[in-house]
Order: sequence, then C-alpha cells, then structure tokens
Amino acid sequence: MSTILSVMALLLHAVLLIALAPLATGVVRIVKARLLGRRGPALMQPWRDLPRLMRKQAVVAESASFVTTAAPFVILSATVAAGLLVPSFALHMAGAGAADLLVVVGLLGLARASLALAAMDAGTGFGGIGSSRDMTFAVFAEPAMLLVALTFALLAGTTNLDAIAAVLREGTLGLRVSIGLVLVAMVLIALAENGRMPVDNPSGHLELAMVHEAMELEFAGPHLAFLQLAASLRLLIWAGLFGTLFSPFLLARADAPMQWLPALLGWIARVVIICVALGALEVSIAKMRVFRVPEFIGAALLLGLLAAVYLFVSTGFA
Amino acid sequence: MSHAHLGFGALAYDVAHLLDGAALILSFFLLYQTRILGVVNLYAIQAGVLAAAAFWQGWVQNDRDLYAAGLITLAAKAIAIPILLRRVIRKLEIHREIETTIGIFPSMILGLLLVVLAVLAVLPATTGALSLVREDMAMALSVVLLGLLTMITRRNALTQAVGFLSIENGLILAALGAVGMPMIVELSVAVLVLVAAIVFGLFVFRIRERFSSLDITALDRITGAHR
Repeated sequence: MSTILSVMALLLHAVLLIALAPLATGVVRIVKARLLGRRGPALMQPWRDLPRLMRKQAVVAESASFVTTAAPFVILSATVAAGLLVPSFALHMAGAGAADLLVVVGLLGLARASLALAAMDAGTGFGGIGSSRDMTFAVFAEPAMLLVALTFALLAGTTNLDAIAAVLREGTLGLRVSIGLVLVAMVLIALAENGRMPVDNPSGHLELAMVHEAMELEFAGPHLAFLQLAASLRLLIWAGLFGTLFSPFLLARADAPMQWLPALLGWIARVVIICVALGALEVSIAKMRVFRVPEFIGAALLLGLLAAVYLFVSTGFA
Repeated sequence: MSHAHLGFGALAYDVAHLLDGAALILSFFLLYQTRILGVVNLYAIQAGVLAAAAFWQGWVQNDRDLYAAGLITLAAKAIAIPILLRRVIRKLEIHREIETTIGIFPSMILGLLLVVLAVLAVLPATTGALSLVREDMAMALSVVLLGLLTMITRRNALTQAVGFLSIENGLILAALGAVGMPMIVELSVAVLVLVAAIVFGLFVFRIRERFSSLDITALDRITGAHR
C-alpha cells in the first residue's frame, strides 16, 4: 500500500512540477511588470510560448555538430531527473533513496555543462562569452553548494535530502547558527544558478551583460522550448530545495494521503512567496558587473565554508 | 544535544542563538559591503538585531535592566548614530564607492579565519558552561574581531568609525550572553560609544578640512611614514 502511495505521490509531484514550472516563471514576470507600473504578460504566457515554439522548425547553424541538437534533450532530461528527486510537497516519495543532495547538484551541473558546450558549438561570439561567464560563476557556485551539502552531512549524518528533512523534522537539532549561514549561502547560490538579478538579467538582451540569454541565442523552435522549460523547472527545483531543507515541517508523508492536500497548498504558497520575493528583489536592485559576480558567489562559498568549519570546530569541543 | 528536552529553555536559547548568528552574518556583510551608505545601513540593522536580542533576553530572564539596555541600543545605535553618520555623509558628499585595501575576497577569508580563531579560543576556555552559551560567546568574540578587521581593511575614516562601532556591538552581544551582567557595565559601554561616535564625527570633519579627503593614508605624511 505504502509503495503504491509513494509512486502516486511521485507521479503527482512530476505532473504538478512540469505543469507549474512555466506558471512560476509567469508569476515572477507579472510581479516585476506590476512593480514597474506595467501590466505585464498574462500568467499563462510562458505556457503559450512552449507549444508555439514546439510547432516551429528547429533551425541549426551550419557549423554546428551533433552537440547542438543533443544538448537540449540532455539538459531537459537532467533537469527533470533532478526535479523528480527534490521533494515538493511529500517526503518519502518513490525514488527517495536516490534523492541525494550531491546527485541533484550533479544533475544540475550536467545540464549547465551541456548548455555551455552547446553554446560554444556553433562558434559564434556571444555563445562563447556566455559559456565562459557561466563557467566562471560555476567555479564558485558548485563548491559553495558542496559545502552546503557538507554542512547538512555534518548536521544530519547523511546527504540524502529525504533523510536530512526527516532529521530536521524531529527538531532535536534546534536552530543552529550554521543553518542560518547555509540559508544565506544558498540564497546567493540560487540567485547565481538561476541567472537572477544581481548576477544575470533574465530579461536583458544587452550584449555586453548577458550570460544565460547569450547561451540560448543559437537555439530555435523545439530546442529553445526545451531550454526554457528547463530554466523554469530549475527555479521550482530550488524552491523545493529551500522548502525541504529549511521548512521540512510543512511537508507531508507520502504514505499519509490525508496530509497531501494541506502540504500541496503549502508548497504552492511557498513557491508563490518565493516568486513574489524574487520579482520584488529583481526590480529593486541593479545587475552587478560581471567581474564583481565571482566576489558575490565567493561570499556564498565563504559562508558555506564558515558554516561547515563552525560546525566542525564547535562540535569538536562540545 | 542536551538542551533539546529543556522545553521552553530550548526555544529561548535557540532564538537567542539565531539572533547572535544574524549579528555575525551582518558583520560579514559589513566586511563585504563597499558602499558607504550601505555600511551605515548594515550597522543600523546589526544594532536592531542586538536590541531584539536584548529584549528577548529581558523577556526570558524577566530582567528589567535588559529591556533598558535594549531600548538604549535601539535608540542610540539603531536610530541616532546612523542618522548622525548619514548627515555627515551628506554634508561631505561622499556617496561614492569606498576602497578596501586588500580586496573583498582576501578580507572575507581573513574574517573566516578570525571566526575559527574565536571559536578555538573561547570553547576550550569555557568548558563547563552550556554548549550554546559557549557558542554565543564565540560569536560575540567573532563580531569583535570582524569589526577590527573592518577597521583594518578600510581606508576611509568614516567606515573605520563604523567598524569601531560594530566592535562595540560585539561587546554588548557578549554582555547579553553572560547571565547577570550588571547594568552599569552595559550603560558605561553605551555611553562610551556615544561619545566615541561624536568624537569620530568631529574627527572626520577635521581630516576632511585638512586633506580634502577621508582617505587616512593622507595622515601617513604627518608621521613621516609616507610611502
């Protein structure tokens, strides 16, 4: 019975994840537009864009190799795989055993590396600039994320997301300063990984400043649709990571379907809050210079390191 | 975690711990922030966190003195001193970026090492006390050391003043962590910092008058240590 329920929870999670991902992007856009005094696109606009792009022909540069055509599939499947592992509303879904923080980081890293490769494939200038910048950011963001994983491993004794959430749910750890440090570090990393405002402007097409947009320039039709869906999914995956690691009390158990509905509503509320906060943040600050971004993500790296070291040193004497 | 089954005591410590942690993170932000108005704002926020910590301790320990300390912190350091500093900034027209002498990344690494040093220094020295109280002490010492580092890594006289004021925040944090600290200690520290802020204010104007800049490397010429 519990196996069937855990599989059902996973299926519901997967359907909702893909259905809601473009909507979350839509919410961010609406919030930004309203705060800037514009009406903004409709909530469903990202969902309307996807079928429109799917119907078009995929134009590929003459000089491009198979990397360009294969990359969108790799990126989307890696992102979806990561999305299936990160709990949204229920813990102990089917496949929770594989839901390791390091695996999730690795899958997102795979998607990122594939996009960087594909952007350089056609040999145009912007793609190359975009990939080189994105990789420079990744050099700092990925070790920072590994330090976050290390901190949770020290606290909970495992890097499995489900197990960490289960340990944190018991509340025996209490509020630790390391968790606060990790939270700040993860916010900075999430902004960088999702290509959000102080690091990258998701709606900007200024040649000198773009990072993620520059890498998408060479893609058209279904390929572009895949990349856009993957980018939307990544936002939701990060929202799920925050929910699982920092408010595990609000998640349901997969084998208790009575808890599903409130947990689902809680998840949607959390995603909406994150999207609104993100939109408000994006309109209130300016993008930083590309050369300053390593400092920004470096701060996340150091906060992660501080969290791990603090935990390491203080438990050494406790 | 022995404090887990202390009931309300656990929550009391947890919240105090979290506020201390917030003060520590703000010290790091202070080290990171390079804009002079941002530095002042961060200092005001840190003082606000400190006032919240004082109110919380006052409520938990049912101690009226701590409420008074919290009020003084809020009025003097979260409101009055930042207003004073902002007025100075406006008068001198220095909204521009401030330079750090050794760069942000190295100073963050140094800050990290200082936190480790603080933990290594405090924890063995306080064996016998509750583990969370010891960590609070370590964090207070970290805030003090990070304030010192902020003073060292900046050239601008005004940001150095803010660094000095944040050292004093660390001292108050330590006083809050120690149960039964006499009120007179906190009061004298608070008065001291008010006087220091006024002195710094005058001092900054004097430097500006003489050298038409707040870069304190200009002072090297006086001592003969000119590079």
